[in-house]
Amino acid sequence: MRTTIADTVDAAVAGIEDGATVLVGGFGLAGMPFDLIDALIRQGAGDLTVVSNNAGNGDVGLAALLRAGRVRKVVCSFPRQSDSYVFDELYRAGRIELEVVPQGTLAERMRAAGAGIGAFYSPVGAGTPLADGKETREIDGRVHVLEHPIKGDVALISAHRADTMGNVVYRRTARNFGPVMATAATTVVAQVGEIVPAGQLDPESVVTPGIYVDRVVRTEVRRLTVQGAR
Amino acid sequence: MTTAAGCREHPDLAPLTTEELAARIARDIPPGSYVNLGIGQPTRIAEHLAPDAGIVLHTENGMLGMGPAATGDAIDPDLTNAGKVPVTELPGAAYFHHADSFAMMRGGHLDVCVLGAFQVSHHGDLANWHTGDPDAIPAVGGAMDLAVGAREVLVMMKLFTRDGAAKLVPACTYPLTGAGCVSRVYTDHGVFEPGPDGVRVLETYGTTADTLGERLGVGLIR
Repeated sequence: MRTTIADTVDAAVAGIEDGATVLVGGFGLAGMPFDLIDALIRQGAGDLTVVSNNAGNGDVGLAALLRAGRVRKVVCSFPRQSDSYVFDELYRAGRIELEVVPQGTLAERMRAAGAGIGAFYSPVGAGTPLADGKETREIDGRVHVLEHPIKGDVALISAHRADTMGNVVYRRTARNFGPVMATAATTVVAQVGEIVPAGQLDPESVVTPGIYVDRVVRTEVRRLTVQGAR
Repeated sequence: MTTAAGCREHPDLAPLTTEELAARIARDIPPGSYVNLGIGQPTRIAEHLAPDAGIVLHTENGMLGMGPAATGDAIDPDLTNAGKVPVTELPGAAYFHHADSFAMMRGGHLDVCVLGAFQVSHHGDLANWHTGDPDAIPAVGGAMDLAVGAREVLVMMKLFTRDGAAKLVPACTYPLTGAGCVSRVYTDHGVFEPGPDGVRVLETYGTTADTLGERLGVGLIR
């Protein structure tokens, strides 16, 4: 269905249900949909499974959602960072589940969901603990691991600009997981710094076509960096 | 990557400092390569790459043509490296999304990656993501994808732990990142090539191949 433009971030996240799987864009803080997450906290859905590269930085964005106690499980590649103290505390207290997935496999599993692929074989992780219990197969002399798609009920992403058709462009490395998550969820919500009339984005430069995007909302651009993370 | 004939021993030199090791690795990266430098010490190699070598840096969060760390007004929250440190963009840079970034890795398009390691086995197995400590929070990031995907996987590490235990081992005791994936190991005491037939020693610093072999408890191939 055609993209709708939401007036507020609260309207943009309406209808997210308890127990939903939520794909959350961003790599660290770059591309993190802060305002949509804040709205999700206000909206109140809980018992969520969150799929994201990290498990929160500092006290903002995903970390705030975790602190609010709304997340049952995190699926990510790299939870432990210098400023992931909110997640670390919950994990050590046994109050949150964790599934660690190699970063490229995380992206590809979502790509598969968005592209209608039933499952795929990848050499990544073969012979490691992350392949335990997974079906393997030798292809061209190399062991491959069978990986299944990750489909979201909702994807929350942040991007640079959208048009009224829902076409989206990103900025620099804040693109990261946005385009692949936008294909992999039933309802895709994008917060953007600017919404322009149809015709004002160069069609050649569109990264996420509007067919993938359900709701767009304009938000103020925030400039947050991870301090001292190495 | 060319294999030197025999072993060049430098018993009179001191073991290499981290900076010297970074410079040593930089010399072995072929001009024109697409290279990913892992988080931590390997990022220091960038400073030692010859500006005219035309080497292009890849960062797994979606960029080719990454420049040096950003300072002052050049800091842009939308432009970071895989360690989340603000970086800059060089002329000819390109951005792409995460699935593409890892497809170019897995698909064999990346010439070289340099990773840190907890342990490397004599057969080239890599362990660099988890100590197996039950209290540790596991975090793998892109290490497994890089280990499997890059055409040459170079390791930059100290040869011994602070307690003196060898990190080049008969078999990794830590959980693996990748099996048989390491092409070459650069350390403060020497350069090694692990493989199916055992470990070849290419260079030594501050010691001889015989002495290193004794400390490592392995017959090193010359």
